[in-house]
Formats: sequence, structure tokens, C-alpha cells
Amino acid sequence: MLYPTYLRRSDPFALMRSMMRDLDRGFWPSSRAAFPAVNVWQGPEAVAVTAELPGIEPGDIEISVKDNVLTLSGERKAPEVPEGARWQRRERAYGRFSRAIRLPFAAADDKVEARMTNGVLRIVVARPEAAKPKRIAIRAA
Amino acid sequence: MTSDMARATDKTPTDAPETPGGGRIYRPLTDIVETDQGVSMMIEMPGVGPEDVEITLENRVLTIRGRVHPTRPETLELVHAEYGEGDFERAFTLSEDFDPDRIEAELRNGVLTLTLPRAPEAQPRKIAVRAA
Repeated sequence: MLYPTYLRRSDPFALMRSMMRDLDRGFWPSSRAAFPAVNVWQGPEAVAVTAELPGIEPGDIEISVKDNVLTLSGERKAPEVPEGARWQRRERAYGRFSRAIRLPFAAADDKVEARMTNGVLRIVVARPEAAKPKRIAIRAA
Repeated sequence: MTSDMARATDKTPTDAPETPGGGRIYRPLTDIVETDQGVSMMIEMPGVGPEDVEITLENRVLTIRGRVHPTRPETLELVHAEYGEGDFERAFTLSEDFDPDRIEAELRNGVLTLTLPRAPEAQPRKIAVRAA
């Protein structure tokens, strides 16, 4: 199996972690998985959370931040079908969802930006000044 | 982390070969509703724009392909991944003949909705077998 995302990474354990995760997925039934699945991105200036939420109107998604917990909740409404319609295949999930994601720092509400493109939600949380990584100079002894 | 959302199938990669760029190809989750007027399909393709969808109907096989624009926040590094991104591809064999000219497709919030009206001449044609 190829993990293209990890090829350029500097973290040697990333590949191992991702393989362990694949193993975990194989062992547990998928019903244990939380919805929505999220990807988390980090950088010195910000942290981003992306999630695939196809078929959900941006107005039906609620995003809130309290201290270092980002909460993502909302509802995917089932499509309206005419009377007498028969479901031939039903693979998509409908209903309410809620997910909390722990951030590595406490964020301010006004530092959170969310955008939805083609059913993919991207939330960017700016790092407060105090939580930015600081460069430590080494003094000659 | 709670979710009372009815859990359906997970997004799964297909057995199809990977793309030349090394990306996976995923099988989009699909709902199909049938009425007397026709069939309506709802296909989840998050990250696919309207100009990147390709729908073909050939010999009753309906093939749907979508090219994904991967989400990569600039200057940030992926530290935790629960889902993968890649192009979507799935094919369905239709049980009856549909008029390809009347198939309607709409992409909204990452869900492609296809409406396939039944062709008026879709009544089964019986072929009489003559005794030789």
C-alpha cells in the first residue's frame, strides 16, 4: 500500500501510525467511526480541520469553539421523495451529527474561519500569539 | 464525540488501479430511488466541481467519474487523517433503456443528482419465435 501523503514528511513515525490506523479500521466494524471523518492540518500560524460533508447546506452546519475544543454539529436532511417511491439502494447516512475536536491551543472565536466548497468543509483556526512556536536561541557558553 | 446519525457504508477505495499521479480511486456512496416516472440517483462526490464530472451511458452501463480537487490548506501539514481523497468512479448497469438525451444531472454541495426518466418506448418488445 502506498501512502503518498507521508512521503514528504519529516516525521518517521507518520507512516507507521497511518498503517496502525488502517489495521485498527480493519479490526473494528465501521459503525464505530465518528461522523464526519476529519483531517487535521497544522502549521506555525494556524490549525485547519477539513471534513467531507456532501449534501449538507452550509446553513445546516454549526461550528463553535470553546477554549481548545472545536465542535462541529449539524444535520443532513433526508431527500424528499415522492409517494410510492422505492429505495433501490441506500448507502448514505442521514440525521444529526456532532463531533468535538481538541485543538492544541485555546482559540478565540474571531480567529476561526470556515469555508465550504463542493461539500468539503475547511475550518482554519489561527494560532494566538502566545501559542505560536518560539525559536530559542542557543548562546555560546 | 456523539453521533446519532444512521451510519451507512464508509467511503471505500475501489479495486481499480490507481491514477497515474498515485492517487486512490474511491467508490462514491449512492442512493437510488425509483418511481414510476423514472430513477433518481444521489451520488456523493465531495470535492468535485461541476466541470469535473463525466457521465457516460453506453450499452446500458452508466459510468460516473469525478475528478477531485484535493483540499490542501497552504503552508499546513497533515497531522491526522481519517479520510482519504481521490477521484471517484462507479458504474451501474441499468435494467431498462433510458433515453440518454433526457438524463439530467445536477451537482450541489458535493452531491451529484441524476434523474433518468423512463423512455416511453421502454416497453418490453417481445420477439416471436417461429417454428421452423
